[in-house]
Amino acid sequence: MTALDKPLRASARSARTSRRGTSVALAMLTPAALLMAVFLIVPIVLTFGLAFTNSRLISPVPAKFVLFDNFFRLFGSDTFWHSLLNTVIFAVIIVPLQSGVALGLALLVNGKFRGTNFFRTVYFLPVVTSMVVVSMLWMFLYQQDGLINVLLAKVGITGPDWLGDPRTALFAIIVMSTWQGVGFHMIVWLSGLQTIPAELYEAAAIDGANKWQQFANVTWPGLRSTRTLILITITISAFALFTQVNIMTQGGPLDATSTIVFQAVRTGFQQQQTGYASAISLVFFVLVLLVNLVQRYLTRDKEVSR
Amino acid sequence: MTTQTAEPVATRVAVPATSKAASDRIRSWGVMAARILLCGVFGLPLVFMMVSSFKPDQQIFGDLGSVNAFLPVGDISLDNYLGVFDRVPFAQFILNSVMVSVLTVILGILVNSMAAFALSRIEFRGQKVILSVILATLIVPFETLALPLLWWCNQLPYFDGSIGWLDTYAVQIVPFVANAFSLYLFYQYFDSIPRELDEAARVDGAGWFRIYRSVIMPLSGPAIATVAILTFLPAWNSYLWPLMVVQTESLRPAMVGIDYFKQMATSWGQIMAYASMITIPVLAVFIAFQRSFINSIASSGVKG
Repeated sequence: MTALDKPLRASARSARTSRRGTSVALAMLTPAALLMAVFLIVPIVLTFGLAFTNSRLISPVPAKFVLFDNFFRLFGSDTFWHSLLNTVIFAVIIVPLQSGVALGLALLVNGKFRGTNFFRTVYFLPVVTSMVVVSMLWMFLYQQDGLINVLLAKVGITGPDWLGDPRTALFAIIVMSTWQGVGFHMIVWLSGLQTIPAELYEAAAIDGANKWQQFANVTWPGLRSTRTLILITITISAFALFTQVNIMTQGGPLDATSTIVFQAVRTGFQQQQTGYASAISLVFFVLVLLVNLVQRYLTRDKEVSR
Repeated sequence: MTTQTAEPVATRVAVPATSKAASDRIRSWGVMAARILLCGVFGLPLVFMMVSSFKPDQQIFGDLGSVNAFLPVGDISLDNYLGVFDRVPFAQFILNSVMVSVLTVILGILVNSMAAFALSRIEFRGQKVILSVILATLIVPFETLALPLLWWCNQLPYFDGSIGWLDTYAVQIVPFVANAFSLYLFYQYFDSIPRELDEAARVDGAGWFRIYRSVIMPLSGPAIATVAILTFLPAWNSYLWPLMVVQTESLRPAMVGIDYFKQMATSWGQIMAYASMITIPVLAVFIAFQRSFINSIASSGVKG
């Protein structure tokens, strides 16, 4: 439309530049568009296609359509249900935990005081450290005779074998993941806090509001859009839990830490069953989409009721 | 008499004032104590990692019960570091990681900024549709596509069943060059640059590409820094993808290398040495460019 509108509105000269503009625009857009088509759009389509075949990663035999066989196998597998449950538990606990702790940290280092930057930097250090390194380090800390249990022993508590006990393994991974990621969301909260005008706090203080009332009536409502963003990003990354599990527990003990992505990698890469892994990926995809829709719906609803 | 009546009034005013000041001071001390305590929570595990990398295993375990666990004391040496270089081609791993992440960053800046420029500056048919398709892909986490993508990259580029594209540098880089989020960050930033600037350049006879190269990009330092940081970190730390696509040791990046290293080494000191060597460069860059890092993360939070 715009390419046709232009000549009517403007001179012949700008019509020429506009037509030339279109070809330049297409040329500049092509590398990104091509790469996205090949490495993003095609894999999305493939996820849907491969999930209904018995494709293998490397196979001399051509793949066949098997309709819903992969899904029947999937939904009949205990390991899959455990993995789904673990992923959901992980998300349900870590979303409030990590966003809450991050908000606490943000409030603690908000504003100007001696060493603002120092504290923010230190809290942020684990974020810049790779999850692979963090997982290695915490494996040591979590050992039966590791740092955490030695410290617990000082106050008379006999710590469990954190990663070896099915009752504590997922919990241990949750704590470590929070430790690693919380600095990131602290920064996002901070940038949200800085959008709240100082006059609002002054007005509240004049009205005699105490710290808690100021938080409830000024800070919390002012963080609405930040809250939505943080909720969505933590939820999606929580569903993608893989690295920690692969390095620390390999899904064990007794599937206690197995996750959706871990199962997808185990079946699709180690066992080379691409079709089955694609079915898992498709379930994961639908799950992420649902969570996104629900969160969008909830936040939109609040916007209306305001 | 007058002094006697005046005094209670004065104290009545003074007492709440001083107690409020005192409680404020107590509160601010408490807050400061919490901040310092949290520094320990977030910093000490990393200190422990670095300090332990200089100690033999026996001493690492021996020091656990005391503050020595966080201090470089006792039998300090570089043995663990030498051990790492002895057991694996560590320099090659680092070189691979640098190659992959630097190329991903540079190509990513080029490709995404060009596309963002076309979408933000040049009017053409279908612009809005393209932009909304790109934004829609933001909610798809990479992990959902990893396995189908693995199969796909194995078919590329010949589609004849031969082991194609796996086990190369390219397969570690090319799929991550075009990035919807980087593109969006550039798009947002370009939109904030006044259009009068490119109109002036056009009057002077500059073409669109010239405007992109000589007007817009030189003004986009902050956006370039943000995209560089937000591309570099995941590329350097990338684990799942190289774990699947790289089999050859000479192409293996450092993050996957440490996983293999852990499986062959029983010495915690050496693992800590390896972990320190792949962490300290990034931490050093972070501390040096701390402001840009923090701003980048903060700006990534603006997208909501």
